[in-house]
Formats: sequence, structure tokens, C-alpha cells
Amino acid sequence: MLEIKNLHVKLQEEDKQILKGVNLSIGPGEVHAIMGPNGSGKSTLSYVLSGRDGYEVTEGSAKLEGAELLDMEPEERAAAGLFLAFQYPVEIPGVGNMTFLRTAVNAQRKARGEEEMSAGEFLKVVREKAKTLKIDAEMLKRPVNVGFSGGEKKRNEILQMAMLEPRMCILDETDSGLDVDAMKLVSEGVNALRSEGRSFLVITHYQRLLDHIKPDVVHIMAAGRIIKTGGPELALEVEHNGYADLLAEGV
Amino acid sequence: MALAVAKQDALAARIAGLSFVAGGWLGAARGAALERLGAMGLPGKRDEYWRYTDPASLKATVAPKASLFAADDEPPVFDGIDRVKLVFVDGVFDAAQSDDLALAGVEIERLADAGARDIHWAAGLYAVLEARGQVPVQRPLAALNSAFATDGLLIRVTGKAAKPVSLIYVHNSETSDAILHHCVKLEEGAELTILENGPAAARFNKVMEVDVAKGARFHHIRSQGRDHERRAVTHVFARLAEAAVFKSFTLTANGVLTRNEAVIELLGDDAVAHVAGAAVGDGQFHHDDTVFVTHAGLRCESRQVFKKVLKNGAVGVFQGKILVKQGAQKTDGYQISQSLLLDEDSQFLAKPELEIYADDVKCSHGSTSGAIDETALFYLRSRGVPMRAAQGLLVLAFLAEAIAEIEDEEIAEDIRARLEGWLARHDH
Repeated sequence: MLEIKNLHVKLQEEDKQILKGVNLSIGPGEVHAIMGPNGSGKSTLSYVLSGRDGYEVTEGSAKLEGAELLDMEPEERAAAGLFLAFQYPVEIPGVGNMTFLRTAVNAQRKARGEEEMSAGEFLKVVREKAKTLKIDAEMLKRPVNVGFSGGEKKRNEILQMAMLEPRMCILDETDSGLDVDAMKLVSEGVNALRSEGRSFLVITHYQRLLDHIKPDVVHIMAAGRIIKTGGPELALEVEHNGYADLLAEGV
Repeated sequence: MALAVAKQDALAARIAGLSFVAGGWLGAARGAALERLGAMGLPGKRDEYWRYTDPASLKATVAPKASLFAADDEPPVFDGIDRVKLVFVDGVFDAAQSDDLALAGVEIERLADAGARDIHWAAGLYAVLEARGQVPVQRPLAALNSAFATDGLLIRVTGKAAKPVSLIYVHNSETSDAILHHCVKLEEGAELTILENGPAAARFNKVMEVDVAKGARFHHIRSQGRDHERRAVTHVFARLAEAAVFKSFTLTANGVLTRNEAVIELLGDDAVAHVAGAAVGDGQFHHDDTVFVTHAGLRCESRQVFKKVLKNGAVGVFQGKILVKQGAQKTDGYQISQSLLLDEDSQFLAKPELEIYADDVKCSHGSTSGAIDETALFYLRSRGVPMRAAQGLLVLAFLAEAIAEIEDEEIAEDIRARLEGWLARHDH
């Protein structure tokens, strides 16, 4: 599904290397987790994959089902099946949540040469999916993320994911700012989307999210590289011992 | 103080070609307006009130040519709205293209027909509000209009109008220089919506005076369309009695030079006045909103909401003033003017002013200009919305606060759809 090879990335404005040769291969239907201390490059990886400005790829490639993501505009990556759930979802005053969702769904359909969703059909689907995420009609009507609590914003991200039906989902610190109940709700939303044809990359500091979204593979990232890869037990190890031992081992 | 010789000459040259129609109540009002104009002279670039907008082409002896603009690829604005259509071609009323003037609760007459009579209700309104509006700031182009307008409509509303009155301005001659003057009088408890759209003329000078009696409600929604070479100066003068409501919204796209002035007096207690505008300008575009709201009554509310989206060197101007007179306690005044600059060549010039002589009032104003929010743009694109569509969404979102000032949802939707269409085009 996602094949990252020797990815080197630096900040455009300062001559600072953030990713120093990341290799990662995620198969269809797999859930991978990346853990790591602050500043290890986890969020940079998610931004570079989704096409945010301000980063320069100096080496390497990132292919989604064989197509080079790094050559595409952000909207083309989305249409190709990539989705990033933001750590800090953006507030857009003046744009209704429904308008936003419908525009996005239909833009992707159009880009893929599929028929656009009618207003009626869209409404039916969005209401159904919103209900399972406990997103009420009022929240759908409000401007995108404006006045939403931290939990509401994250649930709104998952709703977008459910509507857009991406093949590769990246969750960037989706657990940040969530209380236990909200984390459970968000995780259930994610788990409901797990399927054979859909893969996940879950970026997190803490193991607790991985209690809810069970990963197949866990990677530890430090100083712009993946320094260790293992099963779910690796996350537990981090939880008990912190990153210090692993970092010492990795260097 | 006597006018400088140069100013006298310029004025004489400008009005030499205009016909002054004397006689009747209207002739008297025109004469008084001409006297006011003579004392003021035409506006100049050095006048404080014209600091950001050069009036040269608005006052030139001969109107600059403007090619006709055919927007035949889109339906006219307000097309789907049930209304009484009244058509002016290059500033002249066209009865053949217009609907019947009969509308329950509304009397509509042509200025050209009513002027010759000895007595008319409009004698108490024509050029009366314009004259009041000359203090403390001079508006010579409005006085010129009062003195020389030969056409326009006199509308008196006694009840609740069943549908909007729609003024449609057609531009047929590349050299037309139109002067129109409308008077609208809403009697106690009456209600009326006026719609305006169309390119009007190569140069257009329009005045609308609106007298809103106790408890009456007036709505005004105007679209100044895509005719690139338009030069227009418009004034709306309004006077509000107790608990009267006045709401005016203008959508503007393109136009070499547009100056829209609104001069509003809240005389009665508990009156409400909202003026709003949304403008999108691309390239050779200069748009000026100049607003003066005077609070004289108790507990009155006023809002000014103006938004402009500018690119490729377009210029936006906002001069907005709230004057709260002594004794106008519990005034609630709000003013916001904002611009979204899509590139570094465009500019927004704003002069917000508050002048307050009462001690128990709430007045706020804000003015900002900024670029498009890159984070929001990326967020939209990351969801698959292409660059251009994402920009369009953010532009519409920016203008939304002004469009929200339109009370009628059907009309607001029509304006929104129009704007979406314009934004989807390359030329607007």
C-alpha cells in the first residue's frame, strides 16, 4: 500500500534536516504505529506525505500503490486515496461543515472520474456516519471546527475519513487533547473503518491509544529515522521503560 | 466663500450640456439643488472626502466611453425572484420592457410625469434628504443629480408590498451618461424591498432618497455586475423614524470606478439601520464605499459590514463614520471593514471614524486586511478540494458575514449563487 524508501527531508527555510532516511512499508489492511519522542520527525513525516508546503525532499520516495506521492499536489494525493487526520484540525470560519464535506467528497469523486453524490444521497450517508461518531446535526451545520471542543474536532476528522473512504489513513497524534471517553469514541470510529483494503499509520506519543487501535507493527522513530520495528509488545516496552533505553540501543 | 475661478469654470463646463427643467414643485427643488452645487463646486482630488478616489472621470464634461458588456452566458441576477420589473435603458424609463406599475399598497410614478404638477407628496422628499446630507460633508455629485435628473421613480408605500420592486438598468450606448433620481416613501408600518441590478450606462449618477416612517421596514439589495468599464457614483440617503428599519446590501464585481455613498439618519428612537457590501475586484477596479450614519434617537442600532476581495492591482476604499449626537443614549453602533488581498499588487484603504457626543453608548469598529489563510487552504486541499475551488470557498467564507446581512433567504441565495458563478470564472 504505502512504500517509503530512504526519505530525506529538510525544512525549506532553515537548512535543517528533519528526516534522515526513513524506510517504511505498509501492506494492505495493516495498521502500523509510529512512536517516538518529541522532535523525532513523526509529524514532519505526516506533513510531507500529505504535501504541506515548507518541506523539501532531498532524497528518497514515497509511493502509494505504486504511484509517487511526492510528485503530486495535496488534492491529487487525497484523490489517490491518502488521508491525514490532523493533530490540530483547522478552523475555517464561514465554511459550513456540510458544504466542506460535500465539496471534498465530490471533488475526489470527480478527480477519479466517478459520478458526484447527489445532495439527498450525501445527506443520508453523512447523517448515518455522524450518528455513530455522536456528531449531532448542529455540529454538521456549524462552520468547520469553529467552536468545536478538542474531542469534537478529532471526531470531525474521523467523520471526514469515513466519508472520503481513503485507502491509506495517517492519524497524527489523534489522541492528543482527548479524554478517555473521547479517545474510546474516536478509536471505535477508526476501528469501524479497518478493512482489508485500507491501511493505517498511527502516529502517537503514548501507548494508550494503541490499547484501542491495535497495531500489527510498531516502529520507534528517533532523530529522523526508524530505529526499531517490532510487534505490539514494543509499544508496551516504551510505556514501561520510556524511550531512553531504545535510543541508547539505536545510536 | 466664493469658489475659485477654475472650479467655477469646471462646473460651468460640466453642466453646460445638461438640461435644466424648471417649473412646478420639482423645478423649485432643482433650483435649490443647483444653488447648493454652485456654492460647492465639483469635488476634487484634494478634497478630504475624495482623498482615496479620484473623481475626475465622474465629473468630466464628457463621460468616458464604456463598451457594452454582454453576460449572455449567465442568467440575470434575481431571475428566479417574483418581482415587479421596471426597466431603465441608459437612464431612461422603458415602459415597453417594464411591468405594469400597479402593485397593491404601492404607488409608483415616473419622476418625468410627476414633476410638472403643482402639488406632490414627493415635494417633501425630493432633494430634501440630499440637502440634509450635505452637512457636515459636502456631496456635490448628489446635488448635481438633484438639479439635473430628468428620470427616476417616485414610490410611495402605504402597506406591505406583495413583492419586491426591481429596478433593472440596461446599458445600450457606449457613451451614455445617465442621471437617475428615485424617491421612496414608506408610510407608517409599510414594508418594501427594492432590488437593483444591471450596468445602467457608461457613466451613472444615481441618487435614492428613502424616508422610512414609524415602524416601517425597507430592504434594498443591489448587484453591480460584471461590466468592466463602468463608472458609477451612487448615493442613498435615508431618514428613519421611530422603530423604522432600513437594510441595504450591495454586491459589486468589476467596474473601473464605483463610489457608493450611504448617508443615514436615525432620527426616531429604536430605529435600526444596516448597510453592507461585498465586492470582488480583479485588475482595473476601484471600489469605494463611503458611509455616514448619524444617531439622533434613543436606543438605535446601526451596522456597517463591508468586505472586499482584491487581486491584480484592484483598489478598495472604505470611509465609514458613525456620528452619535448628544442625547442619543443607548446607541449600539457597529462597523467592520475588511479586505482579502489575493496578491501584493492590490490595496485597501480604510478610514473608519467614530464621533460620539453621548456618554451611554456602545460603538465598535474594526478594519483589517490580510492574505488568504494558507493553513485553511492546505486543509481543504488535503481533503481533495482543488486549489481554485479551495480558494473560492475561502473567498466566499470571507464574504459570508456581509451576505448574511440580507434578511430574505431566497434573495441571499441568489446573491450567493451569483458570486459563486463569478468566482468560478477567470474574469469574474
